[in-house]
Amino acid sequence: MNNRISKAFENKKAFIGFLTAGDPTFDASYNNIMALINAGADLVEIGIPFSDPIAEGPVIQEADVRALKAGMTTDRAFELAAKVRSQTDIPLVFMTYLNPVFKYGYDRFFAKCAEIGIDGLICPDMPFEEKAEADSIAKAHGISIISMIAPTSEERIKAIAESAEGFLYIVSSLGVTGVRSEIKTDLASIMESVKKYAHVPAAIGFGISTPEQAKKMSALADGVIVGSALVRLVAQYGENAAAEIGKTAKGLADGAHSC
Amino acid sequence: MAIGRYGDFGGQYIPETLMNEIHKLEEAYEHYKNDPEFIAELDKLNREYAGRPSLLYYAEKMTRDLGGAKIYFKREDLNHTGSHKINNVLGQCLLAKKMGKKRIIAETGAGQHGVAAATAAALMGLECEIFMGKEDTVRQALNVYRMELLGAKVNPVTTGTMTLKDAVNEAMRDWTTRVDDTLYVLGSVMGPHPFPMIVRDFQSVISKEARAQILEKEGKLPTAVMACVGGGSNAMGMFYNFINDKDVRLIGCEAAGRGVNTGETAATIATGTLGVFHGMKSLFCQNEYGQIAPVYSISAGLDYPGIGPEHAYLHSIGRAEYVPITDDEAVNAFEYIARTEGIICAIESAHAVAHLMKIAPAMKKDDIIICCLSGRGDKDVAAIARYRGIDLHE
Repeated sequence: MNNRISKAFENKKAFIGFLTAGDPTFDASYNNIMALINAGADLVEIGIPFSDPIAEGPVIQEADVRALKAGMTTDRAFELAAKVRSQTDIPLVFMTYLNPVFKYGYDRFFAKCAEIGIDGLICPDMPFEEKAEADSIAKAHGISIISMIAPTSEERIKAIAESAEGFLYIVSSLGVTGVRSEIKTDLASIMESVKKYAHVPAAIGFGISTPEQAKKMSALADGVIVGSALVRLVAQYGENAAAEIGKTAKGLADGAHSC
Repeated sequence: MAIGRYGDFGGQYIPETLMNEIHKLEEAYEHYKNDPEFIAELDKLNREYAGRPSLLYYAEKMTRDLGGAKIYFKREDLNHTGSHKINNVLGQCLLAKKMGKKRIIAETGAGQHGVAAATAAALMGLECEIFMGKEDTVRQALNVYRMELLGAKVNPVTTGTMTLKDAVNEAMRDWTTRVDDTLYVLGSVMGPHPFPMIVRDFQSVISKEARAQILEKEGKLPTAVMACVGGGSNAMGMFYNFINDKDVRLIGCEAAGRGVNTGETAATIATGTLGVFHGMKSLFCQNEYGQIAPVYSISAGLDYPGIGPEHAYLHSIGRAEYVPITDDEAVNAFEYIARTEGIICAIESAHAVAHLMKIAPAMKKDDIIICCLSGRGDKDVAAIARYRGIDLHE
């Protein structure tokens, strides 16, 4: 059991924010992450940019391009995360694709996570069946691999939920990440079967951008995850996005916390 | 070996949203591949629509001119739509129909798989959308129009390097939005299981025919079979039924672009390292942090930073050899086979021809090489002219 992650969900719904490391620069992304935390985020996902993010919509794809162009690497992402860790006790997880982790070396990667105080890893291209090769190494270092459940998971929910670590990432909709005006999936029934089997909290992500959506989704789950709605502010405001990110995050956090 | 694994290679590294669908595909395929009705339908399509069996052609002039091994070409270029890609799309689109899908999507590099997919979709009444890197839509403008004539929608992909790998990314993204009514008809022996197996099986008709044809013509097996390799579908098709014939050399020819040491290359076996990408564990051109490298080749069909997992496996156990061929060597071979045999082959296939020209002269007269001519080269004529400095407009 990861104490920092479970604490984020204690006595309240969690607001989880995502930002890409190094987008648009190392320093600006540090400021943005701190603004997100100061606005009330209970957990932060730090994206390690990848050249070919197949689960991302255009907003986060473009963030990856900006960050890689600005020189972000896995090692620099560790430096950034360490700097954030020195300022906060909230749980921090990395979100990236399997290849950067695999190439870095599972043992080296998770050892480094443990050393600097990263609590978990989300890899959208590492489904339940392929988790084993990384999982035992992650566990040995005390790092939770966060599993995802999608609208299409159906009878897979049981196995995924039962073995879940940290928290469960409930994908709200079909398709890739990105802002959606409406979420049509029957999340109530998905959450019902998740709750039947899971020993960890579950947060809903993909498509959430407004305080109203954050409130509505929080009512169904243990928390909400917001990415594109924050990342698009970086696209809009460049190196000076921190204030806007803080403002938007505050609204989302209040929305999530209000139920 | 575990299901969907070739040694350590292969697997199913894809988003959760696609997992149930890929399992359904696996089940459907395992069922229909043994279904006599499906087999008969596909066989009929292959014979009466695609024009199979393809010829095994004895290249007498090249044999004489190169002065060594006896050279045969497996003429996949003579298939309907002009390449081996038709073998796979007829199988997969038929499968899509049986699964009740209304729509197929496909990636394409040179446009050969896109044209084949659009063709099969038109024939079988399936809606079809093609994802093609914007760079490739420019290099292969004629094929774009060809796909549109066939009723497909072509989506130019403007992300990343705007080539084949980005087209695969975009097709996968699209698939996650419409898993219920859509089948992703992958064009090569790559991606998550069961695609490498399905595509290999449908392409293995190449070596099934070639093996019987050479035994009939020569009364013995060839010394070597060879093919170009991008993702590796025509090569897997050419190799498959010879894998257990231990004395038959299997040779894959990769696109070295301007050379394996120039950084402008797509030779994955020569320059790639182990990684996990596009749903599979295999070899990829990538940097030290696992970022997928931009690759380059004159051939849009070989311009891919990875290789199918079964090829990576055959390489790892030493069963198949893989060699890099530069743009220059491929263009020379393209011109040589045109002049010598009167065959304008695809620039992709010309990579295999180039290596054939290197090894045949040193072989004995009773050695036999079968080289797969995966496609015809009409689509490449303008690009070859430009390569030679001739300002030719289509």
